[in-house]
Amino acid sequence: MRALCWVAADELAVREVPDPELRNERDVIVRVRRSATSGGDLPLLAGRDPLLRAGDVLGAEFLGEVVEAGPAVRRHRIGDRVVVGASVACGGCWYCRRGRHSCCDNGAPDVASVDPDRWRSDAGSFGRPRAAGGFAGGHAEYVRVPYADVGAFRVPDAVDDDRALFAADAAPTGWLAAELGEVRPGDVVAVWGAGAVGQLTAGAATLRGAARVLVVDRYADRLRMAERHAGAEPLDYRRTDVAAELRERSGGRGPDVCVVAVGVPATRSVAERLAGRDVDRPDAVREAVHACRKDGVVVVVGGAEGNVDTFPLGAVTDKRLAVRGSRRPDLRDVPMLLHRMARDELRTEHLATHRLPLEDGPRGYALFRDRADGCVRAVFTP
Amino acid sequence: MGPIRRLARARSALGGGARAGAARLVRVPRRSGRPGADRDRSAAAGWEVVTVDRPPEQVLPDGRWPEPLDQLDGVVEVRVRPAPGDRGTELAARPLDGAAAPAGLAAHLVGDDPGLLVRRTLRQVKQRVEAGEVLRADRSALDRRTARG
Repeated sequence: MRALCWVAADELAVREVPDPELRNERDVIVRVRRSATSGGDLPLLAGRDPLLRAGDVLGAEFLGEVVEAGPAVRRHRIGDRVVVGASVACGGCWYCRRGRHSCCDNGAPDVASVDPDRWRSDAGSFGRPRAAGGFAGGHAEYVRVPYADVGAFRVPDAVDDDRALFAADAAPTGWLAAELGEVRPGDVVAVWGAGAVGQLTAGAATLRGAARVLVVDRYADRLRMAERHAGAEPLDYRRTDVAAELRERSGGRGPDVCVVAVGVPATRSVAERLAGRDVDRPDAVREAVHACRKDGVVVVVGGAEGNVDTFPLGAVTDKRLAVRGSRRPDLRDVPMLLHRMARDELRTEHLATHRLPLEDGPRGYALFRDRADGCVRAVFTP
Repeated sequence: MGPIRRLARARSALGGGARAGAARLVRVPRRSGRPGADRDRSAAAGWEVVTVDRPPEQVLPDGRWPEPLDQLDGVVEVRVRPAPGDRGTELAARPLDGAAAPAGLAAHLVGDDPGLLVRRTLRQVKQRVEAGEVLRADRSALDRRTARG
């Protein structure tokens, strides 16, 4: 089959690769209809993950049709149109049974070889290095989906592919961010990042009854989208004193909930690398911590990774803040989000700013990485 | 704290001809912990432990070691106790002093860290009980067919 593979830093290619196959009784094979770029791909694209190998297939967000099912699959039949949640989760561990699929204990193969002192979440991911417990991604003609009864969801007929696609990752991640922030009616919510996850976080906050939602970014087209589709107030940090604006628009209190959805920088300067600075600079996180009201909640979602310098820990303790995070979405919200999509309460298709054939995958990622031509998400069709 | 059951089955080797003649287990402490807190190299190998979100009677039906832990019969001791807070069962194992090391492929996989084999086995027990199967990785590109059948 054809698949979009990582080749080297900043180099992708569509290649012929072996077909996926059923490896467990709870697996299905999905013929992909749509797949989307996502922010978590950018560090991989840049070659920052040493476990990535040439030939690994990217793509964490996809939708398709079931073409094969293992003998233990109960909820799906051949021909079902399904969206596949971005977390691979077993459904039977302590976390899954409480709806915390992003923390699943059994979602990645052979986690025992990982140093337990550095143990991270064991939930699996698509389009991540196999050596890190990941599975081949959805930028391909076919993809294997483990634990399909838990992670694949039948799409209602009323929801088309372009909308349902984002129920895989961006929409549940945004919903989870609002939930982790415990957004309540009347809250003031600030979101850093007007990409797909940021916009859908803003939308989730609005749906949960937030009185004001403010989105911080520097890309005018993204800010306009957040304003139009999520009812958010845009703040361009190049032209605005963000801290002052947030204070003013929250009655001097500071936002009740601050969500950071900016992803990670795709590259670092050569000077930083030579100096051994293997850290990220959490500008948005720092700003959020300083802006948040006392006893508020700061949520960091998405691709944040590694270590950070100059984290304002004193502000966290001084203001009695709660800081929460999640790299992957939970799966329990996907049916609810599909239901909202079917009722037209949640619209996501505008995020697919560039629709391309899979063969144009490298160009799509270049547009996405560089935010060129107003690209929010590139969506591929095999 | 619930009762602690120790289930040690000491045998001289893993059993079976394929396992005969294996070298003795070599305990190599992993580098971990705080600076200056080096482990006592003469101390017994540490316990590896997982919490399985099921009651003890489901983790060890009739008190028998579940697959694939039963394959380590004779080389590890096992400890079982209910996890606090209704979190299921704490299942722990550690290599027995003087037990023989695995041979062949198992030895290759374990390398110089016998804890890895114990840890991997416990994780597989947990997956079998909680998920009903041991999750397999995608097959390597080197040994798969290339055309959709």
